[in-house]
Amino acid sequence: MSTPGPGTDVRVVLPAHLRNLAGVHGEVVVCVPAPVLTQRAVLDAIESRFPVLGGTIRDRRTGKRRPFIRFYACEQDLSNEPPDAPLPDPVAKAIAAGAEPFLVVGAMAGG
Amino acid sequence: MTQVRVLAGTRKGAFVLASDGKRDKWSVSGPHFGGWEVYHMKGSPADPNRLYASQNTGWFGQLVQRSDDGGETWQPVGNDFSYVGEPGTHVWHDGTPRPWEFKRIWHLEPSPDDPDVVYAGGEDAALFRSANGGQTWTELTGLRLHESAPVWAPGAGGLCLHTIILQESRMFVAISSVGTFRSDDDGETWRPVNSGLVSEGIPDNDAEVGHCVHHVEAHPSRPDTLFMQKHWDVMRSDDGGLSWTEISGNLPSDFGFPIAVHAHEAETVYVVPITSDSLHYPPDGRLRVWRSRSGGHEWQELSAGLPERDCYVNVYRDAMSVDTLDECGIYFGTTGGQVYASADSGDSWAPIVRDLPAVLSVEVQVLP
Repeated sequence: MSTPGPGTDVRVVLPAHLRNLAGVHGEVVVCVPAPVLTQRAVLDAIESRFPVLGGTIRDRRTGKRRPFIRFYACEQDLSNEPPDAPLPDPVAKAIAAGAEPFLVVGAMAGG
Repeated sequence: MTQVRVLAGTRKGAFVLASDGKRDKWSVSGPHFGGWEVYHMKGSPADPNRLYASQNTGWFGQLVQRSDDGGETWQPVGNDFSYVGEPGTHVWHDGTPRPWEFKRIWHLEPSPDDPDVVYAGGEDAALFRSANGGQTWTELTGLRLHESAPVWAPGAGGLCLHTIILQESRMFVAISSVGTFRSDDDGETWRPVNSGLVSEGIPDNDAEVGHCVHHVEAHPSRPDTLFMQKHWDVMRSDDGGLSWTEISGNLPSDFGFPIAVHAHEAETVYVVPITSDSLHYPPDGRLRVWRSRSGGHEWQELSAGLPERDCYVNVYRDAMSVDTLDECGIYFGTTGGQVYASADSGDSWAPIVRDLPAVLSVEVQVLP
């Protein structure tokens, strides 16, 4: 699935509960219009495409990642990277090329 | 044909239980929003097919779901519960000031007149209102900005606004570890109404605020009469909350969470005694509802059909409700996943369902 328009198409894997909310199955592709791929740009694109996910990944007031959400790509944990920092170069290249997805993950927890 | 619909919010989803007016055979649908905590689910009195549900997890936060077909299908609506302006602070467990931080919605109270108007009680304590079916929410700031708010402190359950009573322009809310508040101007301004409450767990036992109110109910025909289950003590007020008196009487324990009022008898009240604040299960492992037909003081143990032994469940504050059929039905859900129903005002009981996740809330609708 692809999204028309200028920008970079990014493959995104959402956790099951958020896929249900968004009404999608499997991976989704969002168009990131920013010239440089950053965590914030990707998340903005996800929330723009699926407004129902607003507040479920990032706190609405602070914009910070919710405590039990993680962001992974290319086997790297990007969760604690500054949201406006460019993604590490090899990660950005792999994502922009469609070779690797950006993973939004619900952190492991018991109960 | 008359239909009764029981809305059960649980630790792992929402369930809709339905029966005809006999209330002896039930269908169970769900889970809706499986895996999510559903603190509360309630239907609009103005349109019984309009339902609202509060859906939350520690991972993904708060959502509100709305159904326009009696719970068959749902759509997520607005979840932006923003405190207006700089949120200010309340007192944290270590005694330090802590900024208000939204965590979840505990209670949804639809307007009796307009299905698109609904109120939401939040943690950290705040009252929100939607006039468009839950699409957007606006905080009624007069409550959180009350002059006493900076000294509010959460109890073990959180600084939660869990009770909302709508009486035309008058409203009541109750907040854990804080107390009961009343507004006479549609929620614009508020005053604490806790005179007569005595709580041994706070330094000044009869302070204006700081009382852990668990639930408050009022009969529609007697708006000035309120019944309260407090952390300890069962209380009543006959002057719209201005003063309270204890009515615990012969209860085996006056600790508990829910309280309910019979649909047609304004002086008939129900509680579920729990052993103590440190033992959140029924005394002696016997699950009992106690009923007073005299507005308190004198209570009758109701046991027919309820577990006689080895029962160590709890019944949460929003997990008991009544229907409005001629023979009033009483319903409650337990942390063990049972939902019990009585079709004869509490004289006898039977489980509707036994093995749901822990039940957080129970509401009932009667459909014509």
